Amino acid sequence: MRRVVVTGLGALTPLGNTVQEYWEGLVAGRSGAAPITKFDASLFRTRFAAEVKGFDPENHMDRKEARKMDPYTHYAMVTAEEAFKDAGLEGLALNGERAGVIWGSGIGGMYTVYHEFKAFFEGDGTPKFNPFFVPKMISDIAAGLLSIRYGFHGPNYTTVSACASSNNAIIDAFNYIRWGVADLFITGGSEAAINEPGVAGFNAMKALSERNDDPSTASRPFDLDRDGFVLGEGGGALILESLDHALARGARIYAEIAGAGLSADAHHITAPHPEGLGATLVMKNALRDSGLGPADIDYINVHGTSTPLGDLSEIKAIQNVFGQDAYQLNVSSTKSMTGHLLGAAGAVEAIASIKAICEGIIPPTINHFTDDPAFDPGINLTFNQAQNRTVRAALSNTFGFGGHNTSVVFKAYRA
Amino acid sequence: MHHLKFLVILRFKLTQNNMSDIASKVRSIIVDKLGVDENEVTPEASFTNDLGADSLDTVELIMEFEKEFNLSIPDDQAENIQTVGQAITYLEANAK
Repeated sequence: MRRVVVTGLGALTPLGNTVQEYWEGLVAGRSGAAPITKFDASLFRTRFAAEVKGFDPENHMDRKEARKMDPYTHYAMVTAEEAFKDAGLEGLALNGERAGVIWGSGIGGMYTVYHEFKAFFEGDGTPKFNPFFVPKMISDIAAGLLSIRYGFHGPNYTTVSACASSNNAIIDAFNYIRWGVADLFITGGSEAAINEPGVAGFNAMKALSERNDDPSTASRPFDLDRDGFVLGEGGGALILESLDHALARGARIYAEIAGAGLSADAHHITAPHPEGLGATLVMKNALRDSGLGPADIDYINVHGTSTPLGDLSEIKAIQNVFGQDAYQLNVSSTKSMTGHLLGAAGAVEAIASIKAICEGIIPPTINHFTDDPAFDPGINLTFNQAQNRTVRAALSNTFGFGGHNTSVVFKAYRA
Repeated sequence: MHHLKFLVILRFKLTQNNMSDIASKVRSIIVDKLGVDENEVTPEASFTNDLGADSLDTVELIMEFEKEFNLSIPDDQAENIQTVGQAITYLEANAK
């Protein structure tokens, strides 16, 4: 099978609106959480989130275009554009038939659905749905619009697996390249669910932190007082290419994808398996696919959402898979800073993992105040401060409601 | 040209105020929805051939006219509204 490399990155996150700003925020250990500005949340149980800041789609596209897209699609277009330019693809004569787009979104156009329904319910029953309602809402439209924008005629669709969505997108793109179906992909994911039903829905499940008096410390994975995740939003884009294609055009290579794993908990709609069964399987599968052993991995970017159960089962799974080698790892949850970007989490965390390899820096798990005795103190959870370390290979986990588990292994590129 | 003549006749029927109100509202809706420059929005301009609208844009424009002028435009009438002038003419004759 062919080797697959990452040659371009784009990010729009609560920490910053480019990869550079995002990475600087991660290394500095900044929190992207703050009181909600997108709507009046005064009656909501959770009144803060990790919003994208200072973003205006009309700085990136004309108003007519912007108006026909849900925010999740704005995030897709803008991050893909950054990645495309970053990869040096602008102005190149690409073979569009060998280039594809696989994009992840857990929810799609929730903002659009909410506002169209609201207008209908507030009316007299006469349907006045906008003709762009359906094409704005559907969760595959970002992939479709990206293919139109770049003239990519290869495989094109969206992956939906809740919070694992964009890892599934990356894995599918990786597979199609290594199988020889296509040479280049725009992949990643985006999500824009900080709106009334998004916050209230996750609140009703008791999934969100309610630490309204101190939003910036609310996402505290592995801390004794963690009380749920912080809703985030944004997007992340990666350009994947076959190694041959990248070398032929003299591309700068960030990292190689070594392998990937997939599994299901087959246990509960939202609760993780208490012993981390699915998480154990997925990391084993990813290592086997990569041809790497536990001792070859230096960093795990965990799913680590700061929920009481999820964090626990994921560490159990790491100990199941890595055994004694778990004590040599750096583990961190960058969701302590970004919040949880849901379907975009896999993409932005892939970028964090790739940058960790390129820069030799492990981004921290911030907001650690009190040890939870449930966690083995021998595991280096990279609390509060970034750590310098040569990263040969990094494994990035994301898990989704429904029990979907995904892991991707990135490694330093060696000719 | 035919539409222009019609507009001139209408101008005598309607108050100056009403006239410019409807026409200017129609123009500003078109500028907003189609993202075009105001000086492109001439009476002869066709939504699809001159102003870059696709079939969904055209449906949305009709809906905006209905909302703005509080009327319902039947489909067979809507099919005949393909230029700026046709829209203004129709709305001046039918708006409440």
